[in-house]
Amino acid sequence: MGGTHGFGPVVQEIDEPNFHARWEERAFALTLASGAGKWNLDMSRFARENAPPADYLARSYYQMWLYGLEKLLVENDVVTANEVDGARRGERFEPVTAPGLTPDKVDRAMRSGGSARVDEDVAPMFAAGQSVRANVDAPPTHTRCPAYVRGRRGVIDCDHGVFIFPDAHAHGLGKKPQHIYAVRFEAEELWGSANQGGAVYVDLWDDYLSPA
Amino acid sequence: MAHDHDHHHDHHHGEFSELSETELRVRALESLLTDKGYVDPATLDALVQYHEEKIGPRNGAQVVAKAWTDPDYKEWLLNGDASAAIASVGFEGRQGEDMVVLENTSEVHNMVVCTLCSCYPWPVLGLPPVWYKSAPYRSRAVSEPRSVLEEFGTDVGDAEVRVWDSTAELRYLVLPMRPDGTDGWTPDQLAEIVTRNSMIGTEVVKAP
Repeated sequence: MGGTHGFGPVVQEIDEPNFHARWEERAFALTLASGAGKWNLDMSRFARENAPPADYLARSYYQMWLYGLEKLLVENDVVTANEVDGARRGERFEPVTAPGLTPDKVDRAMRSGGSARVDEDVAPMFAAGQSVRANVDAPPTHTRCPAYVRGRRGVIDCDHGVFIFPDAHAHGLGKKPQHIYAVRFEAEELWGSANQGGAVYVDLWDDYLSPA
Repeated sequence: MAHDHDHHHDHHHGEFSELSETELRVRALESLLTDKGYVDPATLDALVQYHEEKIGPRNGAQVVAKAWTDPDYKEWLLNGDASAAIASVGFEGRQGEDMVVLENTSEVHNMVVCTLCSCYPWPVLGLPPVWYKSAPYRSRAVSEPRSVLEEFGTDVGDAEVRVWDSTAELRYLVLPMRPDGTDGWTPDQLAEIVTRNSMIGTEVVKAP
């Protein structure tokens, strides 16, 4: 939504809590507890973001997490849509497995995380200082190339190394490892006469870029 | 104005009724996953507790204070391996696996946004505040950063404003400028005045 007009001022909440209701805590923790091994981060981002735009904007952050989790659980055959409906009517179910993440393992799991960096020798397509253009692609599938830079010219600021490519990974097509670069776009190139000076740096994968 | 008022009024009603439906959906999902053995409710408690107690902007403030008082450490953060430098003081893990630290100076003011979702460096800053996840910040930080800074009461003068859109798996921490009048302060004293927003780049650190 970078560059979209009409959302109004940024409003801060003083002494904001991490969670504003118990259901937010539970939706957050359920998502972290039920993902392991069944889907990856790119799939869960796509599940959250691939919604009709009006619905997407009307949802709060943790509502997006909840709806994304429901979708992932059903799509990956962890539970059925009938079971989800049944549970909402108070139905109970028999155990079929034992929890993978137990309370004693939480600290270690969170502290180790899971890097998307790939330890593979992949040749970079671009080098620092090189002029590039972000490709004009608008795939209906998952992508992490923001719309406001598509077709715009920038300069490679630095090479971050080799990472999983989300456009493939989100759809079960493997990691397709490639370089990510911080690309500098001048504010004027992005916003024309409305620009406020300076520049925007965007992290972009090889497949999003062409020489310019 | 009357129209605006009505609109907001309706909107709040809508949100309220939807909230209770949301609550029911969360409860149903927890019950289903617990019954079937996928999730242990005690694990959910532990996950919430971890994110409430083990991570937060106090962690990032310690990193900043150390960088202000230890030139070798600052060099490691900025030009070496930021993830390793941050892990060396005890902060690492989920959503902080691949860190980049950006130094603010009188010439360059960096600020961070995620226009696509709400990517944020959890180990050093905790979970993101609502404004960071909101449509106004995500839409405007890239196109009118100076107006956004003004709403935070921040004037960066002639510095070039660089906005970092964290669209990939790199997570950014801003190293704010150390304010004048803090010579001789200990790292603990310095950490006290480092705010969360200064490490996102929407504010500067002020001496009290």
